[in-house]
Formats: sequence, C-alpha cells, structure tokens
Amino acid sequence: MSTATAPLDIQKIRADFPTLTTPFHGKPVVYLDSAVSSLTPLPVIERMAHYQSFEHTNVHRGVSTLSQEATDRFEEAREKVRALINAPSVKQIIWTRGTTESINLVAQTFGRQNVHEGDEILLSAMEHHSDIVPWQLLAEDRGAKIRVIPMNDAGELILDGLDDLITERTKIVGVTHVSNVLGTINPVKEIIRRAHAKGVPVLVDGAQGVPHLKVDVVDLDADFYVFSGHKLSGPTGIGVLYGRKSLLEAMPPWHGGGSMILSVTWEGTTFAAIPGKFEAGTPPIAQAIGLGAAIDYVQAIGLDRIAAHEHDLLLYATERLKAIPGLRIIGEAREKASVLSFVLEGIHPHDIGSILDHAGVVVRAGHHCAQPVMTRFGIPATTRASFAYFNTRADVDALVSGILNVQEIFQ
Amino acid sequence: MSDPRELYQQVIIEHNKKPRNFGDLEPCTHHAHGLNPLCGDDIVLKLVVEDGLVQDIRFTGHGCAISKASSSLMTVNVKGKPVADAEVLVEQFRAMIRGALDTATDPNVLGRLSLFQGVRDLPSRVKCAVLPWATLHSALHGEDIVSTE
Repeated sequence: MSTATAPLDIQKIRADFPTLTTPFHGKPVVYLDSAVSSLTPLPVIERMAHYQSFEHTNVHRGVSTLSQEATDRFEEAREKVRALINAPSVKQIIWTRGTTESINLVAQTFGRQNVHEGDEILLSAMEHHSDIVPWQLLAEDRGAKIRVIPMNDAGELILDGLDDLITERTKIVGVTHVSNVLGTINPVKEIIRRAHAKGVPVLVDGAQGVPHLKVDVVDLDADFYVFSGHKLSGPTGIGVLYGRKSLLEAMPPWHGGGSMILSVTWEGTTFAAIPGKFEAGTPPIAQAIGLGAAIDYVQAIGLDRIAAHEHDLLLYATERLKAIPGLRIIGEAREKASVLSFVLEGIHPHDIGSILDHAGVVVRAGHHCAQPVMTRFGIPATTRASFAYFNTRADVDALVSGILNVQEIFQ
Repeated sequence: MSDPRELYQQVIIEHNKKPRNFGDLEPCTHHAHGLNPLCGDDIVLKLVVEDGLVQDIRFTGHGCAISKASSSLMTVNVKGKPVADAEVLVEQFRAMIRGALDTATDPNVLGRLSLFQGVRDLPSRVKCAVLPWATLHSALHGEDIVSTE
C-alpha cells in the first residue's frame, strides 16, 4: 500500500484535538459538525500562540527586525495558500475575514464595475446565503436580475439548460464547489468551461470544497475561488479570495485605509498593486499564520488520504442511516463529499439535535444558511452530520444509536 | 444538562403529534406572526377577543416539538380566560423559562405548563418554548410581527 493511500493513524490524530479528548456532558464528544467549523488541532493553536507570544508586531510597517519577521511569517502563510490551490502567484491570494467577506468583496468591486441595469447574475440552486445575499444587494442596487441553475431531486445541478441560462446579459456565475447541505460535489470545471465559452467569469465558493478536495484553480480555470480558514482546521477570522490576475487588477479597491496605497495627497490616492490594494488596515496576522499551520497539518496527513478516509465514512454512514426506518437522506448526488443531511419522519431536526447533543453527538440542525435549498426539498430544516479526518466508524455508530434513541423518545 | 427525557415527556410528545387548536381562525380580532429566524420556527396566532375574554384562539405554522407543544398547551390554557389572566400566564411562563420563577417553590398559576421548566437547562431551545408566548403578547398588543432574535 502506498503512503498516499495508507489508512490514517486516527488515534494519533485525535490526540491533537483537545475537544475530542475532553469529556462533554460527562462523555467523550462525537464531533460531526466540521462543515459548520472544523476543530483546531494543537499544532495550529501552538503556532498562533508562539507568534502572538514572541513574533508579534504589525506587518508591512517600519524597519524593525520584529516587523520584518512578522511580515515574513505572514507572507509565508500566503505562499502556503497559493501552493494549496495551485494559484500562479501569491499576488492573487487576498486575505479576507472569510468566504462571506470574499464574496462581498467581489460583488462590491467587480460587481459594481460590471453589473448594470438589466444584467443578470447566475447562481446555482444550492448556494449558501453567503453566495446569494451579496448578489441580491448588488442586483437591487443595479436593477439587475438573479437567475438560478436548477437542481434535481437527488441534489445535482441540472446543466442541460445551462447554455440558455447564460445569456449576453450574464455578468457573473456563482456556484458552490461542494454543497454545505447536500454534500454534492458540483462539476465546476464543466460549468466554468461553458461560462467561459460565452465570456462570463465564474466565482467558485470553496468553503466546503477546500476541506474535502484537492483544489487546483488553474486546472478548474476559476476566475474567483473563495474559502474560509476555520473550515480547514484553521482559526476563524481569516479567509481567502483567489482571483484571476487581470480581473483583480481591473477591479477598484473595496475598503480604503492604510496598507492599500502607494501614496496619498489631499488631491487623491494612488493604490497599491494587488494583493495590497484589497487589504486595507491591519490584517488578522496570527490567524493567517494559523491558517498556514493548518495547511501544513492537513498536508502532512495527506489530502488524498483524508479524502479517502472521509469517503469511507460517508459510505458507511449512508448505509447505516438508510437502514433506519422513517429516515430520509436529503442529497443523494452521485458525487458527494462527507456531508450527510437527513430528516426523520414526524420529528423536527431541532429536537433531534438537542437529544443527540445530550448523548455527546454534535451535529447541526437547521436550515444551514441555505433556505432556498430547504424550500426546494419542501422541508423547514435538516439534521446534518459532517465527517472529518479525525472521525471514525465508531462516531457513525454513536450517531446511529443516538437517532434510534430519539425515535424511541418520540414513539 | 438534565436528561432530555425529562423535557420530552409524554405530554409534550403527545401535543407535538396532535396539537390542540391547530388551524386557521377567520374572522379574528387579534393576530400576530412569530418567527425564530435562527431555527426557522414559524407560528401564526389568531384570536377572537370579546368582552375581555379570549373566546377563541388557533395557531398554524411549523416548528420543533417544543415550540409546537408550547403553542398547543398555551392555546388550551388561555382559551375562555380573561385577557388579564392570559397576560399573567405570559409573564409567569417567561419568568419560569428565564429561571426567575421556580414552579416548585414560587406561587404561580402555570399548572401543567410547568412541564416546560426543563427548557431552562437547554439555552439553545429557550426561544422555541417562548415563541408562542411572545407571539400571544404581540397579538394582544396589536403588534403584527414578533421575532425572538
């Protein structure tokens, strides 16, 4: 067996997560909520603590050795992100607070520059609110229209009509790489190819993509690719906007302030080159370095091995959940990441979530910030289990016995 | 946290399955729409108030067992009662959920509604139990929409 596919040393990995080794309601925690936010392993926490303890000052300011070293560590993290998604240049990696801010940045710069009255923004039916609301705000401001790529009952996008949905008025397409509710892995490369055939750029929401898939923005030919640190075993407060160089250079700045300028006079300001142009003010430095450490951590385990392990858990969980009477899985796409939503007949997801919580099983119950997906499936909410590289089949078993307990209470 | 079985007692489970006074009510004299945006609980409450009495009350909407059973038991408890008594129930129910009133030791008129006292120990579910009561308060005070956020 090659090292690329060798099984993970789960017990060694689990020891890195204080949340998993500390009793919760008197029991070991079964964390099946990585899609909402991944747990942070000790090496990432320690790296941030070390930075904050010994290396911290502001970046890109002053001539002190300390400032230069802080800047070097910060920029090394940017290089780690570049390598992770195979971006051509670190200049195309812009730090943001997260996926949501990255999309808002694009909507408010590229969008305001290019979307005008009567234009269209094309989004998929399974977008998270973060890839809907920024575009609605823009559309309202501009008198533009939102159009939607539909999906089938399995939770797969229907691409038959895509070429008709992309019109001469379409200014951008927004599509999620992996659905946070359904787990569907979308054929984004194909969507990008067809959008490009009509000269339309595509933004890919990679919040759930990067944690589960090896992402290559050049191979995808993505115009924008965005994701968050805290879903990739990093901290909150840090995210990434990757953009095509020509697009980023043509876009106006978003926030004004320090760091994003070349020179400022009362007559006006000359802006810095990318990425500085989009990074006004003091950035989240420890968080960027923490995300760099998180990338090191998951790469040391191996992205292929993580994907294989998670896929195994998904198949096992799907099989076990399907055997429960009255349980319906929401999202049965052929290509899925390890996100598993379900509903139980006659029992609301919030009741399921509360009772599972008492058993130490942490899941998400609700609309998952994707209300149009709930509407599409005619349900108010789902319960969602999401699996990460530190989860085991025993965690799936705990979920199953928790669900059976819920059904017993509700008999 | 206490065992969820203490909260999910038979009465709550039963009212969730077969909610009382569930359905539309027209014409009505008072109405309000209650929303819990975080979890999507959604209730429309309609009342007929005449001569200071809640002559009729019905609710529609969807939510978890706690919000549904709370709505159902609320309607049972205020139907036929003077508005002033309904207001006292609203106040005492909210105090119980906040932990400001202990039904075992403090004087109260909550009766079977004390079943919901366990919600105190489930902070994430407090809004589910309170939503119908907040909606009733709004309906009686002529506010159309109430949100627990």
